[in-house]
Amino acid sequence: MSEAVATQLSGWGRTMPTVAQVVEANSPVQIAELVQRANSRGVLARGLGRSYGDAAQSGGATVIDMTTMTSFSLNPDSMTLTADAGASIDDILREIVPRGFFVPVSAGTRMITVGGAIATDIHGKNHHRDGSFGAHVAELTLIDGLGAQHILTPRDPKFWATIGGMGLTGIITSARFTVIPIQSSYLTVDTERTKNLDDLMSHMIERDDEYRYTVAWIDSVSSSGRGVITRGDHATIEQCNSKGIKNPEGYDPKNIATAPGLVPPGLLNKWSVRAFNEGWYRKHPRARLGELQRIGAFFHPLDGVHDWNRIYGPRGFLQYQFQVPDAAGHLIGMALSKLREIGAPSFLTVLKRFGPGNRAPLSFPQSGWTLAADLPAGIPGLGRTLDQLDELISAEGGRLYLAKDSRQSPTNFARTYPRLGEWREIRDTMDPNHVFASDLSRRLEI
Amino acid sequence: MLDALGEPQSVLVFGGTSEIALATIKEMPRHRIRRVLLAGRPSESLDAVVAQLQALNIAGVEAIAFDAKDTDSHGAIIDAAFDGSDIDVVILAFGLLGDQMTAEEDPGHAVEIATVNYTGSVSAGLHVARRLKNQGHGALVVLSSVAGDRVRRSNYVYGSTKAGLDAFAQGLDAALAGTGAHVLIVRPGFVRTRMTSHLPEAPMTTNPEDVGKIIVTALKKGKSTVYAPGPLRYVMAGLKALPKPLFRKLPS
Repeated sequence: MSEAVATQLSGWGRTMPTVAQVVEANSPVQIAELVQRANSRGVLARGLGRSYGDAAQSGGATVIDMTTMTSFSLNPDSMTLTADAGASIDDILREIVPRGFFVPVSAGTRMITVGGAIATDIHGKNHHRDGSFGAHVAELTLIDGLGAQHILTPRDPKFWATIGGMGLTGIITSARFTVIPIQSSYLTVDTERTKNLDDLMSHMIERDDEYRYTVAWIDSVSSSGRGVITRGDHATIEQCNSKGIKNPEGYDPKNIATAPGLVPPGLLNKWSVRAFNEGWYRKHPRARLGELQRIGAFFHPLDGVHDWNRIYGPRGFLQYQFQVPDAAGHLIGMALSKLREIGAPSFLTVLKRFGPGNRAPLSFPQSGWTLAADLPAGIPGLGRTLDQLDELISAEGGRLYLAKDSRQSPTNFARTYPRLGEWREIRDTMDPNHVFASDLSRRLEI
Repeated sequence: MLDALGEPQSVLVFGGTSEIALATIKEMPRHRIRRVLLAGRPSESLDAVVAQLQALNIAGVEAIAFDAKDTDSHGAIIDAAFDGSDIDVVILAFGLLGDQMTAEEDPGHAVEIATVNYTGSVSAGLHVARRLKNQGHGALVVLSSVAGDRVRRSNYVYGSTKAGLDAFAQGLDAALAGTGAHVLIVRPGFVRTRMTSHLPEAPMTTNPEDVGKIIVTALKKGKSTVYAPGPLRYVMAGLKALPKPLFRKLPS
């Protein structure tokens, strides 16, 4: 069994680090032993650490690094993939895209694990059509709070408590999920620039169903709320051939840059972000149809820059991602203007449509809108402004995504996840002694 | 747990009636706080501080009995506090100024000052450090004093206890490196409090509220030493470098 090493852990936003005893996972048997021998600080699984806040860290606890268990296998006939929880979507795509398959749901980064995708029930640009990742999981294997192994299927409430359960129902060791067939590693992409937020939102609603993937980028600096809508579908071989693409099945995403290790605080400020937003808006044509983009460029543009989270400097950053029903769509504009008021520069502000939620009590998506903005942690007045937004959002039945959250209050969390009580009852049967704990679960009193 | 903006959810104060500690808590976003434990000898004034914080709508304010001199009891008290939930910020704020002249005539008085300020803090500090290390995060704020930076004729008994405490806290911070926990040493100059109300004010005098602001900012920045007011750092550096004959000629 590998040794525990005291390690400082933080989320992708690099705020609020704590120190845990990190152990590399090597087998389900070893994981079960670690669970059974847990001290009072508990146990938590950690994947690639892409949750922005404190979901994958647990001060003083045993944190099991799952990224050492990475096997997976594709079954092309049943169009399913069975993977260790620590297998990364990056590794999986490198294997299955050239064989004509793609993951059913893709987050904004491929540097995540299968276990993490399930525990946070990730969503992608196709949520309005295909739902979140959990909807495509056929079976998962989990070690519960007593160290017992379970194979869970969607018929079991324990399965759904684990989808979006933030790793607090047990340690997922493997899972089987469906994959979708694709003909090429390209997408055919339509781009539309809109002059203001109303246009942007109404255009997104009107043509929701015409494409598998839809996302909008918003210029957070401009008071107009102008933006760029990008819509896409997997390209067929004919589409690739007609554009003269050689080797349309080829897939080999590369790093194009690495962010420097030391970045002065305040590099991302009002002026640099304003310049970026202006440039990004201008870079896109007013309208363009049928452009072919590679999978990496379309789904995971930031993965091209290794360690891009460092550009926010030593104080780190947070991502504020919330969801509101269609009836509360005005809160999108409200949030953008409140953040503009305090000069909170976000260069990555993304708006998406959500379809209906699933059966998982703690799953984030519900029908309506979701907005995500990256914000440097050091902005004066940020805490107060986000608290005000929390209030407005919760009053309209919206909520924050736990994989991104790093600051909401326990009260706000409990109010906005009304099925928390139901989830706790199931969790108590799976982990009666509350062995599974994270800094997030302590902060939110989950 | 601290949130991404460094705001605490739980605070434990030793010396629950300390005006500086109270001002520090008031400087933190009140609606974020879930638990405040005020440790001190049971008294009306301790109850009054509890009531004062409750009146500000701060949740989970509680007094706990603590006697700095009864070091045998410290371990159990501190374990009970940490068993309730993680604690983000612990403030060691108790201390006796005492009376220098009395202490010189009655060493027993000097021993009492030394026992409370130094021995009591060392005991509580080590128990707290053990629990912070166990939870893998948290800050221990130690209220030192510029009186310990260069000890003066006029209050050397008090000054020496702060010098000892300061040195202890520096060592403890070094010992906690890599555990997720850290120590913030605060060296205030003259602060207008009950403790100093009978004394003439010194240059660069501050109020507890000023010190509270400085502590909260220093915690967010993860600093390990801070003066209050900040520029005192340079004054003290100058005083420490002053040759003895000159230093002794300074007005007390």
